Amino acid sequence: MLSRRIIPCLDVRDGKVVKGVRFRDHVVMGEIVDLALRYRDEGADELVFYDITASPEGRSVDRGWVERVARVIDIPFCVAGGIRSVDEARAVLHAGADKISVNSPALERPALIDELAAAFGVQCVVVGIDSLRDADGAWRVRQYTGDPGKTQALARKTMDWMIEAQQRGAGEIVLNCMGSDGVRQGYDLEQLSKARALCQVPLIASGGAGASEHFREAFTEADVDGALAASVFHSGAIAIPALKHYLHGQGIAVRL
Amino acid sequence: MSVVLVDAGGTNIGSVRYALQRLGVDAALTADAATIRAADKVILPGVGAAGPGMARLRELGLVELMRSLTQPVLGVCLGMQLLCAHSEEGDTACLGLIPAPVRRFIEAPGLRVPHMGWNQLRAKQPHPLLAGLGDDDQAYFVHSYAVPVGDWSLATSDYGEAFSAVIARDNFHGMQFHPERSAAVGAKLLQNFLKL
Repeated sequence: MLSRRIIPCLDVRDGKVVKGVRFRDHVVMGEIVDLALRYRDEGADELVFYDITASPEGRSVDRGWVERVARVIDIPFCVAGGIRSVDEARAVLHAGADKISVNSPALERPALIDELAAAFGVQCVVVGIDSLRDADGAWRVRQYTGDPGKTQALARKTMDWMIEAQQRGAGEIVLNCMGSDGVRQGYDLEQLSKARALCQVPLIASGGAGASEHFREAFTEADVDGALAASVFHSGAIAIPALKHYLHGQGIAVRL
Repeated sequence: MSVVLVDAGGTNIGSVRYALQRLGVDAALTADAATIRAADKVILPGVGAAGPGMARLRELGLVELMRSLTQPVLGVCLGMQLLCAHSEEGDTACLGLIPAPVRRFIEAPGLRVPHMGWNQLRAKQPHPLLAGLGDDDQAYFVHSYAVPVGDWSLATSDYGEAFSAVIARDNFHGMQFHPERSAAVGAKLLQNFLKL
């Protein structure tokens, strides 16, 4: 039986892991390789690294640390950050990343998803979606969220974009619910459930984890394949081994 | 002992190489027929699609060479599928070293494709490649196509139905999951292959 995945997310800025609240006010959490190894040892199923300022700064991810991580880590990891072309994606994958995640560049040019899927197969291609509910009640996509000064609200509806991304070749969707990100009040189960019904590929919940029950809810109520979190893991508020034992006790398939 | 990684363009080659380095083995990355033939162990990594994978082996002139190898060979993920007879992916004739078909997973409610994540391995027949494998051991899979269960299956896994996780015939072996990304379980299985 396929296990539900617990995925620490490491936001990378200037070669360090950082974390902000509601995507702002970033503080340094530690060194990339140190944190990657710590999470591997604690039983993380996968790691996601977001070079959060790559897209707003118009540059691609720095592949130096990707290679350093690949040498020491024996669990899968995904890299995101300003990947705009097949060549840039290839460099990151050849540096040792298992998957690449595209977000803002795919919004700039959706055909990027098709090109990546054709070059590497859909299993390498993750589409990250930053989503926020607008005053009219609709969820819409945000772009360049790594830099609050550059973040743009798009007319594109989250669910429409998620469907299009799959049609173009996304092998996995990470839905980051910005309204709940960083405030530890739980994942956005309403939005994730809506997304689940429309998502034929693996769906990863992001934004809002504050307690072990939040992970359980995401798995049992929104049926997501994985749950991503950052601050609760970085701060030690939730220890991954304890989380996994709790989930196992709740009848959820996990890797112990 | 000399171990070579066949450089057929798969993007996981670096990861497999690092995994071998963690086991103390420095594997050469090569597409040179003489080097491959002379190696003690040959690993065919692979990420991507079957058609381009076979086309690349043909371009490199390695198809007949792969078929002629007598030392232990390990195909990983797509590399395993290329060892089989035929893949539904692009209706591709593969190397035919293990007489198994490769079929696409059928989407069903709750069954997302690709099959992506950690899944349990279950030994089906005893084999040195599975030495020390525990009942709860899991490995990391990422694939949309799979080999059904058959005589060739050493270990299986379940996703909607049972499929082959580890296969073998004679000196040819395959792992559908990524041992290089399967933590201690993957390291153990790679170590087992190095000891064959």
